[in-house]
Amino acid sequence: MASVALRSVRKSFGPVDVIRGIDLDVADGEFVAIVGPSGCGKSTLLRMIAGLTDLTAGDVSIDGVSMLDVPASKRGIAIVFQSYALYPHMTAGRNIGFALETAGIAKAAIREKVTRIAAMLKIDHLLDRRPRELSGGQRQRVAIGRALVREPKVFLFDEPLSNLDADLRTEMRVEIARLHDELKATMIYVTHDQVEATTLADRIVILKDGHVEQIGTPKELYCRPANRFVAGFIGSPRMNFASVGSGGLALPIGSEPVAAIGVRPEAVVVQPRPGDLSARGRLVRVEDLGHEQLLYVALESGAANALPWTVRLAAGQPVPPPNEPVALGWSPAAMHRFDAEGRRIGGAAS
Amino acid sequence: MIGYRAQRRIRGAALSFALVLVVVYTIFPYYWAIVSSFRTGQQMFDVSLVPSFNLAHYRALLGDTVFVGSLWNSVIVASSTTVISLALALGAAYALGRLSFPQRRLILMGVLVISMFPQVVVLTGMFELVRWFGLYNRVGSLIFAYLIFTLPFTIWVLTSFIQEFPRELEEAAIMDGCSHWRILTRILLPLMGPAMASTGLLAFIAAWNEFLFALTFILTDDSRTVPVAIGLISGSSRYEFPFGPVMAASVIVTVPLIALVLIFQRKIVAGLTSGAVKG
Amino acid sequence: MSSRLAARERRAAWQFLAPCMAALTLVALWPLGRTLYFSLTDATLDDPANFDLIGLQNYIDIATDPDWWNAVGNTLFFTAVSVAIETVFGLGVALLLNTAIPGRGVLRAAILIPWSIPVVVSAKIWQWMLHDQFGILNRILIDLGLVEHGIAWVAEPGLVMWVVIFVDVWITTPFMVLLILAGLQMIPAEIHEAALVDGVPWWKRFWSITLPMLRPAIGVAVLFRALDAVRMFDLSYILAGNGVRTMTISIYARNQLFGVQEVGLGSAASTWVFFLVGIVAVIIIATVRIDKRSAG
Repeated sequence: MASVALRSVRKSFGPVDVIRGIDLDVADGEFVAIVGPSGCGKSTLLRMIAGLTDLTAGDVSIDGVSMLDVPASKRGIAIVFQSYALYPHMTAGRNIGFALETAGIAKAAIREKVTRIAAMLKIDHLLDRRPRELSGGQRQRVAIGRALVREPKVFLFDEPLSNLDADLRTEMRVEIARLHDELKATMIYVTHDQVEATTLADRIVILKDGHVEQIGTPKELYCRPANRFVAGFIGSPRMNFASVGSGGLALPIGSEPVAAIGVRPEAVVVQPRPGDLSARGRLVRVEDLGHEQLLYVALESGAANALPWTVRLAAGQPVPPPNEPVALGWSPAAMHRFDAEGRRIGGAAS
Repeated sequence: MIGYRAQRRIRGAALSFALVLVVVYTIFPYYWAIVSSFRTGQQMFDVSLVPSFNLAHYRALLGDTVFVGSLWNSVIVASSTTVISLALALGAAYALGRLSFPQRRLILMGVLVISMFPQVVVLTGMFELVRWFGLYNRVGSLIFAYLIFTLPFTIWVLTSFIQEFPRELEEAAIMDGCSHWRILTRILLPLMGPAMASTGLLAFIAAWNEFLFALTFILTDDSRTVPVAIGLISGSSRYEFPFGPVMAASVIVTVPLIALVLIFQRKIVAGLTSGAVKG
Repeated sequence: MSSRLAARERRAAWQFLAPCMAALTLVALWPLGRTLYFSLTDATLDDPANFDLIGLQNYIDIATDPDWWNAVGNTLFFTAVSVAIETVFGLGVALLLNTAIPGRGVLRAAILIPWSIPVVVSAKIWQWMLHDQFGILNRILIDLGLVEHGIAWVAEPGLVMWVVIFVDVWITTPFMVLLILAGLQMIPAEIHEAALVDGVPWWKRFWSITLPMLRPAIGVAVLFRALDAVRMFDLSYILAGNGVRTMTISIYARNQLFGVQEVGLGSAASTWVFFLVGIVAVIIIATVRIDKRSAG
């Protein structure tokens, strides 16, 4: 069990700054997800924690001890890789036990431990198979087993589910959550999928272009995004945005220089209620998902290239006629406001 | 007006005809060598394409201690050169393909330039070295000298093979506590069987076929390798055509080679082209 | 404070490289240096310990030797003609192998035979096939009534270079085929299918799709082959010995060294070979680069 701390961590490859100064504290036993679009530096960050990549500046410490001079294998860390990175020429069992083998541990002890871990991951019947004879999900379990066998203080996951199809992804997500509950280990989980992050993590770090946009619990990020980027990144379907000042939007005059507003799809209604703010638009498309319907409405005030607003409508609710004008409404409390730099203004929205 | 289908049929026939022509062009000379190797005396002048199975030349060659000796020399030279090249190049390829250090590109370029060296350029200096080491007129001189063309090539091909392994595999091994040496010997090497086989085979063929050094550094029959031995076969008299024995010797020397090449066809092509594609 | 890993990696890299670099220095750089050094001396083979530095005299002697220029002419002619034929022929066979016709597996295997057998063997086989009296080629020509007497292919001064080129084409076209075929197989089939659906005729598909996309592969193949051709020794030597008509620069250099036993002169000639190979390499690489740039 361990806490992890990053202090002003930087990384440059030549003239390119990949990580531009990151501070992060991960508490003992915490599950932290690092999320961001591809190329934001999240995998590099993970590799620096693991000791696979040098830091250009800053410090990484575990339990208060600086790890800069500690080689990767001695940091008490294990990684589960996106491609699983199983050794193709070894059986699943030997893959799991290879770290112990390298450390020179007796064969019998290795076998005992591998068997125990395999049972825990429900792959004990697969130990004699080679990776290519295993399915994606089974490979994933072997990769997790390989991480478990070293009894690490910290688990790192590098997009572990992105090579799996949708069904398996859900299954493995539950599996990882169960593992975290059982082991109470510190886990740092890198993903580009905000659903994985919000369902698994205690706290989420949103990364963009090598710096942190926001750190917080999933609830905080959802309800109080620090800026437009976070607001748009977390939540599916994504938040609706509209620029202010292009005219047509009925907003109460405030003292703050509001440049844009955002409203989550579930907070928008098709008929404005009394006290609601509202906007007029035209229904361009309806998607019936069975349990709900998604309405896409192009705002009258929106620029030609602005994305249409999404409105969630419960199944069975009447849908307005297509291509007809509609009025959208939302409560002022549900509205997020952003300034010209995209920063959040005020504390509203629940 | 010719229909689409007829057009296609004509095209197919033309292509098949071209294919047969090319196959005959590539195979016939070798086939004719085999046919001729079974003929003696007046039969040599027969133009019939059907071989008789007269083993006289083969018996004579395999009973000839000098020829068998040179065959054996070739085996020793080619396999030693191959093993030494692979062993030396494997480490270098790992460093060049996987580790990052400032002079990496420079060394890769250097290796490429050395592979373009004409053999005569090093002939003087190599001759001197061979004499210094006391290897003149010994098989060892060739094992040593052949490294100049097998090494750059093996380094180049193995490097490009090593670069194809996913980096995560190595990172996983580092997390498991492996040193670079252990990564190379326990993780990469077991996976490099096919790469080693194709590279080694190409090095073996190059060493087996070499002529210039073998002609220059070896003086007497007992240390000679087969290419030079074949080049020097002559009839017992001025009026006898040595082509029968020469063809038989050629077949003996090439049959194992061709068997290997046909068995490892795909691997050889992979090795040959992977070296070139990165160039 | 940074780059602890990087420093460790550098150290490890040199440890892995060291044996190989030592070997390459010994077999390549050292002999090269010695050759360059000897080229400035008047050393001879029978008394290699006694020699004087004579500056660039050997280079001047070589440059004023008509035999040398004859060898240069032969070599460049051989290189240009054989590589050109091999490229066109190799491209044709590669295209043939790339179509789905029955029997191409046989050809793909067969093509490895000329490439894999020793040059001596190929030379001897063709010497026998081209023999003036009993060679099968002459017999066929006589039987067909095309000629009255067998042609002395190798003995005829005007023909012998063409025989060398012909045999070289037989030996090395497979190499061209394999490299070009690898290039062909990297062109996605969708591109051709798209052009086919668009109704682009085959010659236009070849000219404006296949050929431009093959350029890098052909460039590399030509480079490899040309460098081999410029330093060619064995084929000429076996087919025609020290014959004037086919003497290449490598044969000339070796002849100075071990025939005339003039180590200094031979080393200078070898160094000339080295320069010539370098120039050809630079020209071809530059051409390929320019091609690449103009191709976008």
